[in-house]
Amino acid sequence: MSTVDVTGVTAEAGPAPVPDAAPGLREDTPASRRPGAARAWLRLLGSEAGLTFRRPRNLAVLAVLGIIPVLIGVVMRLFAEPIAAEAADGPGNGGAIFAQITGNGLFLTFAALSVLVQLMLPVAVAVVAGDAVAGEAGGGTLRYLLTAPAGRTRLLAAKYGNAVLFCLAAVSVIALSALVTGLALFPIGPITLLSGTTISFAEGLLRIGLVVLYVTAGMAALAAFALALSTLTEVAIGAIAATVVTVIVIQVLGVIPQLAWLQPYLLTQWWNEFDGVLRDPVAAGEMGQGLLVFAAYVVIFGSIAWARFTGKDITS
Amino acid sequence: MTTEAGDHSIVTRGLTKRFRGGQVAVDDLHLSVPRGSVFGFLGPNGSGKTTTIRMLLGLVAPTQGGWDLLGTPMPGGVSAVLPRVGALVEGPAFYPYLSGEANLRRYDAADPAADPRTASRRIGLALDRVGLTAAAGKRYRAYSLGMRQRLAIAAALLGPRELLVLDEPTNGLDPQGTREVRALVKEIAADGTTVFVSSHLLAEVEQMCTHVGVMRTGRLVAEGPIAGLLGGEAVRVRVETPDTAEAAAVLSGLGLAGVRTGAGEAAAELGEQAPERVTAALVAAGVAVRGLAVQRPSLEDVFVGLTGEGFDVDG
Repeated sequence: MSTVDVTGVTAEAGPAPVPDAAPGLREDTPASRRPGAARAWLRLLGSEAGLTFRRPRNLAVLAVLGIIPVLIGVVMRLFAEPIAAEAADGPGNGGAIFAQITGNGLFLTFAALSVLVQLMLPVAVAVVAGDAVAGEAGGGTLRYLLTAPAGRTRLLAAKYGNAVLFCLAAVSVIALSALVTGLALFPIGPITLLSGTTISFAEGLLRIGLVVLYVTAGMAALAAFALALSTLTEVAIGAIAATVVTVIVIQVLGVIPQLAWLQPYLLTQWWNEFDGVLRDPVAAGEMGQGLLVFAAYVVIFGSIAWARFTGKDITS
Repeated sequence: MTTEAGDHSIVTRGLTKRFRGGQVAVDDLHLSVPRGSVFGFLGPNGSGKTTTIRMLLGLVAPTQGGWDLLGTPMPGGVSAVLPRVGALVEGPAFYPYLSGEANLRRYDAADPAADPRTASRRIGLALDRVGLTAAAGKRYRAYSLGMRQRLAIAAALLGPRELLVLDEPTNGLDPQGTREVRALVKEIAADGTTVFVSSHLLAEVEQMCTHVGVMRTGRLVAEGPIAGLLGGEAVRVRVETPDTAEAAAVLSGLGLAGVRTGAGEAAAELGEQAPERVTAALVAAGVAVRGLAVQRPSLEDVFVGLTGEGFDVDG
């Protein structure tokens, strides 16, 4: 049932991985039957977001995410030619994207996201989602939230909804920072895509929007994993560290050739698969598969988090 | 059970909690807290009081048994009942980087039954009630222990409550703060709210409670109106005198039971006898009376009688 709440939230904030999830499953949350329950839940979500976005630590994380695209842009501007040439020789589309930055400012956004999605962005998401339940348990505030009574499923759904909002905010900060930097340092105008066709600047912005939503969905899947870990402990830093370590381990598994059969199931393999939007028409196949993988992670780890959290003795 | 549920704010039926590892924290607890009472939940630290409170509030699932809160079977009724229950569980817990007021707003937002339009007014009232209005904008981090405890009580008073569960509400408070909490509890009870207050401080419970339940190693060893429990213990008369033997003889002569003598004193159960008659009889018999005292039983005597130990041994 948490997965229903969970995907419902995803649908608001990013691409909906499971649009056909049955709303009828919600009914055993008594609060959701009362009129005004949705508004009360939104108030709780607002309270969560207020805590998250006022907390100095989280603001610092967002600031760091915002600075990095500027650094990339400045470095590209100063040492453009050699880097672009080198990158164009390198493997993968990341290199191709990098090579385009100096030609068009919009490419900085794609480049920044493809760099940060590897580790920085997952760390930021882990900090918020890993802290979600464990942080409240460790501080003792969980017992007061539950006696308020927040309701366990309802609170978990708000926690996840808030984590997804933070994913969207983090990705948007990167995209906006890169966009502004790109516009300031490099030429603007119609964009020549990887497939050779040219689209208008406005359509380029639209495609950046698609990438933001896709990366947010990928981070939302990681948030579900971190949230599940968060229900297992009262030590927030433990859940955060475990999430980051898992991301690193999965990425290592992703580059071992002998494990090629496993790689389609690895979450991190799909985070970077958004260069389909840089083709004309948009090559949606890869991204569609990626969204299915993200949805599967949300369902699986959302269920684990729900099962664990609703049956847990709160002794902190 | 339906009649019981009507007149009782809390009813437990064989509530048992066995933690993983086999330790039994609460063992077959049958508790009945009458509506409108101030119920003192007594017991040394580690006797299962906090685990019981956590079970009542749905934080910890019992291994066995069931319970009703405000006439509603739990834990199914958690979301319907808990908005009418204010709770202070095992000390205050707040967000250190938020102000006192913002902390209360946070907990208020978690309650689906709370009306956001009245939140500011209710938060203001709660802060006023515990005397924290002046510190409302200060960060919780900067609060003293006593202020933190008060803020926790304010959080329990955010809405109209039919039941208040207060776990050790005077912990960390100075004597002045303790008096204020006692006055507050009496005031709340006067409005008809049932107050379930756990404590290991006997004197405190004696001063505010109408009913008591005594826990010992996970079991309820006594429960009932405080007057009834104290009534079980006899009122004694104690005579300070050098003539202990003569005094004892006079007391026996008056028909008093349980006559005992000690160094420079004689004592007996007063029974139906008036103290002034005892004094007159002693003087008439020529006993040199240096002092005479009527000793009413205290909760501590009752407790020692029930458990064979004093209260603060464990804490």
